[in-house]
Amino acid sequence: MLPTFTYVKPTTLEHAVRELATPGARACSGGTDLLGCLRDRVLKADKLVSLNGLAELRGISELPNGGLRIGALSTLSEIASHTLITTRYHALSAAAGAAASPQLRNQGTIGGNLCQRPRCWYYRGDFPCARKGGDTCFAKEGENQLHAIFGGDVCVMVHPSDTAPALTALDASVRLVGPRGSRTVALDAFFVLPSKDYTRETVVEPDELVADIVLPPPPAAALSTYRKLRSRGAWDFALTGAAVALGMHGKKVERARIVLSGVAPVPWRVELAERELVGHELSEALIERVAQRASEHASPLSANAYKVALVRGAVAEALSELRAKG
Amino acid sequence: MSDRGNKGPCGPQKHVNRRGFLTTISTSAAAAVVVGAATPVAAEAAPRDATEPTPIVLYVNGRKYRLAVEPRETLISVLRERLGLTGSKPGCERGECGACTVLLDGSTRYSCMTLAVEAQDHIITTIEGLANGEELSDVQQAFIHEDGYQCGFCTPGQVMAAEGLLRKNPKPSIDEVRLGMSGNLCRCGAYGHIFKAVQQAASTRQSGGAK
Repeated sequence: MLPTFTYVKPTTLEHAVRELATPGARACSGGTDLLGCLRDRVLKADKLVSLNGLAELRGISELPNGGLRIGALSTLSEIASHTLITTRYHALSAAAGAAASPQLRNQGTIGGNLCQRPRCWYYRGDFPCARKGGDTCFAKEGENQLHAIFGGDVCVMVHPSDTAPALTALDASVRLVGPRGSRTVALDAFFVLPSKDYTRETVVEPDELVADIVLPPPPAAALSTYRKLRSRGAWDFALTGAAVALGMHGKKVERARIVLSGVAPVPWRVELAERELVGHELSEALIERVAQRASEHASPLSANAYKVALVRGAVAEALSELRAKG
Repeated sequence: MSDRGNKGPCGPQKHVNRRGFLTTISTSAAAAVVVGAATPVAAEAAPRDATEPTPIVLYVNGRKYRLAVEPRETLISVLRERLGLTGSKPGCERGECGACTVLLDGSTRYSCMTLAVEAQDHIITTIEGLANGEELSDVQQAFIHEDGYQCGFCTPGQVMAAEGLLRKNPKPSIDEVRLGMSGNLCRCGAYGHIFKAVQQAASTRQSGGAK
């Protein structure tokens, strides 16, 4: 049985923001992450503010500048199959389609996917870990085969989202709405590293909610994809993934973004590897060099050095897929 | 499925079995709530007491149910314990195993991770809603024909997942079947038979067979 909470379903954004501002309130849309956290007593809520009555947070539509607006309540299923996304922002539809299970994709929203809590078993379990207000990251000395090889500090969780690295690679931004109005945050600056603040995963304040996601118009001759590696063929989190977005000029790469999933507390951009690509043709030799570059500077824990090889593989496979397409 | 029937709490019950008995008492509980139920509220105002029941209306298998639930009650618990629809199974109760799969507006969904208050205004279909009286649906028939189960606990969820998959993709390839059914676990490991059953149901439906 879930712990008790009150429930309110506002029909205007203004009302939702007002409800969220009361202490103990939490926003809820798909509920696939939140209800699990409440059941396991990882999070507490005195009141759930359902976002499902907010029509203005729905819909996927093209912007006048050629970009795309995705309402935060769009489900992962909608995103995985939307024609404008599959054709122009393939990395995003591939990531959304590879997340979770069919049922969870029908239910889970893109806003919730970005704001989901860590899946670290110590965080979800009965351990007073640093992220829950304790003073220890149990994974550092404990079972850490699924944990970070980059960016770990006070906490070595990995960010569980597949769509976040794809959106980061596609230069997306998020519009947040709160009592102080709305603000737009680039995905690059949306997630918070433990070294900066290990008590939060994103810059979203408790009284703010994700309203929509904005994608810029894709660059000319854009290519993008997401390669997800996991221990089974479906219905699992990424051990490692690579979201790659390229802008091509003829045969040459003009713009490159490579963002990794499953290896760091935030979607992990590997700029050294990106720079290696720019100005060159995608050859097999270059792909190998870039994949190697992407895995440099990793700091594996006792049981996850295998992820270094997975990074090389995921990046190489994603680039090879784009090479075949380009 | 047939033993649920439409036996109301007051109907004559010559043979009492475990499931029939449990169904009877839970339906009585729902009926008791129905008497005192008011019209649905838009939930614009939150009740002060978190355990205070909220009146809701659920549309399940073509029937309309008025009842009052606590906001924390999940759809699976309301379906089973209030409405007596015990076909959907609570397995992991954390959105991992799929035994509780139902359709919400035709799409598969874990009813253990869905609050009953949030299921208002949606068309809910459970395993009890697939058969036409005693006549099983094409998916149910295919599961029997292909032996798509062993112990049977996950079967209602598997059947609903297959139904949801075929509504979205009437002609799935074997890989699409495997991915489409990936949200449902079977501890007996009857996957090979389950995938065959889904393919058979697809071809029955393609050839204009039963629903």
